[in-house]
Amino acid sequence: MAYALQQLINGLTLGAMYGLIAIGYTMVYGIIGMINFAHGDIFMVSAFIAVTAFTILAAADVTSIPLALTFVLIVSIFFTSAYGWAVERTAYRPLRGSTRLAPLISAIGMSIFLQNSVQLTQGARVKPIPPVLEGGIVLWEAPGFTVQIGWSQMLIIVTTVILMSAFTWMITQTPFGRQQRACEQDRTMAALLGVNVDRTISYTFMLGAALAAVAGVMVTVYYGVVDFFIGFLAGIKAFTAAVLGGIGSLPGAMLGGLLIGLIESFWAAYLWAEYKDVATFGILCLVLMLRPSGLLGRPEVEKV
Amino acid sequence: MKKTLLATAVLALGGFSNAALADLAVAIAGPMTGQYASAGDQIRKGAEMAIADINARGGVLGQKLKLEVGDDACDPKQAVSVANTMVNKGIVFMHGHWCSSSTIPASEVYVEADIPMATVSTNPQVTERGLKNVFRIMGRDDQQGLVAGGYIADHFKGKKVAVVDDKSAYGKGLADEMAKAMEGKGLKPALRESITAGEKDYSGIVTKLKQAGVEVMAYGGYHTEVALILRQAQAAGLQLTVMGGDTMTNSELVTAAGPAADNVMFTFSPDARKNPDAAPVVEKFRAAKTEPEGYVLYAYAAMQLFEQAATTAKSTKYADLEKAMRGGSFKTVIGDLAFDAKGDQKAPGFVVYRWQGGKYDYAK
Repeated sequence: MAYALQQLINGLTLGAMYGLIAIGYTMVYGIIGMINFAHGDIFMVSAFIAVTAFTILAAADVTSIPLALTFVLIVSIFFTSAYGWAVERTAYRPLRGSTRLAPLISAIGMSIFLQNSVQLTQGARVKPIPPVLEGGIVLWEAPGFTVQIGWSQMLIIVTTVILMSAFTWMITQTPFGRQQRACEQDRTMAALLGVNVDRTISYTFMLGAALAAVAGVMVTVYYGVVDFFIGFLAGIKAFTAAVLGGIGSLPGAMLGGLLIGLIESFWAAYLWAEYKDVATFGILCLVLMLRPSGLLGRPEVEKV
Repeated sequence: MKKTLLATAVLALGGFSNAALADLAVAIAGPMTGQYASAGDQIRKGAEMAIADINARGGVLGQKLKLEVGDDACDPKQAVSVANTMVNKGIVFMHGHWCSSSTIPASEVYVEADIPMATVSTNPQVTERGLKNVFRIMGRDDQQGLVAGGYIADHFKGKKVAVVDDKSAYGKGLADEMAKAMEGKGLKPALRESITAGEKDYSGIVTKLKQAGVEVMAYGGYHTEVALILRQAQAAGLQLTVMGGDTMTNSELVTAAGPAADNVMFTFSPDARKNPDAAPVVEKFRAAKTEPEGYVLYAYAAMQLFEQAATTAKSTKYADLEKAMRGGSFKTVIGDLAFDAKGDQKAPGFVVYRWQGGKYDYAK
């Protein structure tokens, strides 16, 4: 029981991070119907920005952890959003209105570009930072097993919950949210009604990048090492989460992320850890066979 | 038309004479980029220094050596294409590759092209396939596993030990041998697990180890994953001692794992830096601000092996080189090298080390 609880905590932490990245995929898909394959690498870039920010702080002798975390989050969100904006501007906007495949290919190109440029400028080695948040609290002292939640795990779960609430509020209640949803439903109609579609799409990319930046900071704090290749695996898993939850659906992305995190940790806990990824993708296949539009996705109705 | 032909012929001749006078190309190959790039870096530094020294002595058989560097990123597919590139460049000797899973497919290319190779890959299969061109200047996983597994059985009696690998050719081979050696001495592993290399989250497996009450983890794989596992074990309140293989020599382990690296033990060949004959070379590396750790001196030794074999054979032809390498004994910075019929080094010897405060030394 205690063991299961511990694995639940591990799974939630992992799932929260997948969910944060998955939102970027699902939002972009919702609005322009395209898989942004460079999103995983945007996440990787944000982790590098976080490492740089932490290094600067260490050099400046900042020892207050809350202060440091806030600073790193702000810096990382700012620069990563700028990346998100620039990627959309250079790689996708010029191709809007061309065939569906063109932006997909340029997304893959962008992903390779980001990976290689980080490898060249930052080096291929892993970049470690010293542990930022050490220790945690003991939740339950069960016989033979102590359930423990680390401060960094708590930080991840709490931040994700706050962000998700703020994000849901923004999409459902604010003018920007309304415009975003309008563009999602019908871009031409939204434009006719005076919504600045290009700007809304730009903001969507920036928002997705900002959430990925939070995930990037969390990964840096939690695992303590980053390299130029972390975007690939994280991107694939988050993309899977978005598809599992129903691509285009925001709560679906979060749910998908959590599910994948939980499947991974429980599969590794009770069955064979080496088949963890097989299980994740197997379940994805199963869900897609039974519900082709994902768990919370709405089937696309072709109007004639 | 005639003029064109003539010009072509002249050009071709020029090309030929050029080739004949060119430097002797020798090569290294390994992960120059990717997550194991630091090992590639060590190999490159060792080989560069060796070649500079050999050229300062007048080269090999009057010809200067030129170093070609191949980057396989530890990817078997890329390794084969690197091997083909190297063959095209006309190399006469190869030191590489580093990952066993790269060395094995690449060696098939080199044997076709008659190129002798000296490798540090430790998977038994590297020399077990009967390839005549493969020489191993490091021990084998089965010997390594025997020493590591034996040490665990002797020093951690009564403790729960988990055997974990990363599913790579090297990692699984080593972990299997460690488990076999432990069982041979009557210590049954409490847990046998595999992880996926390249991931960041190992909290699942860490919790599993904690649940099973494991105190010692025998690990077959690379240092990057060990650093993550140790960090996450510490966050989960699990005190874990790790026993690994030769890849744990990498000081990146210490930067990434922090103080938890002091819990890492590993097997490696006796420290070449302690070899009195190597002292001048070690000094030279330190003067150049390179600590000759890990694979640096092995790369240096591989080049010395080529130099001495070619000098004995008075030739750089494959058949002569191969005969010289198999028959001879060579004085190198890692000690005397001689090979058995399979191409394995005759005096292997693995020692158990332990990291302590950012340095490693023989474990007590």
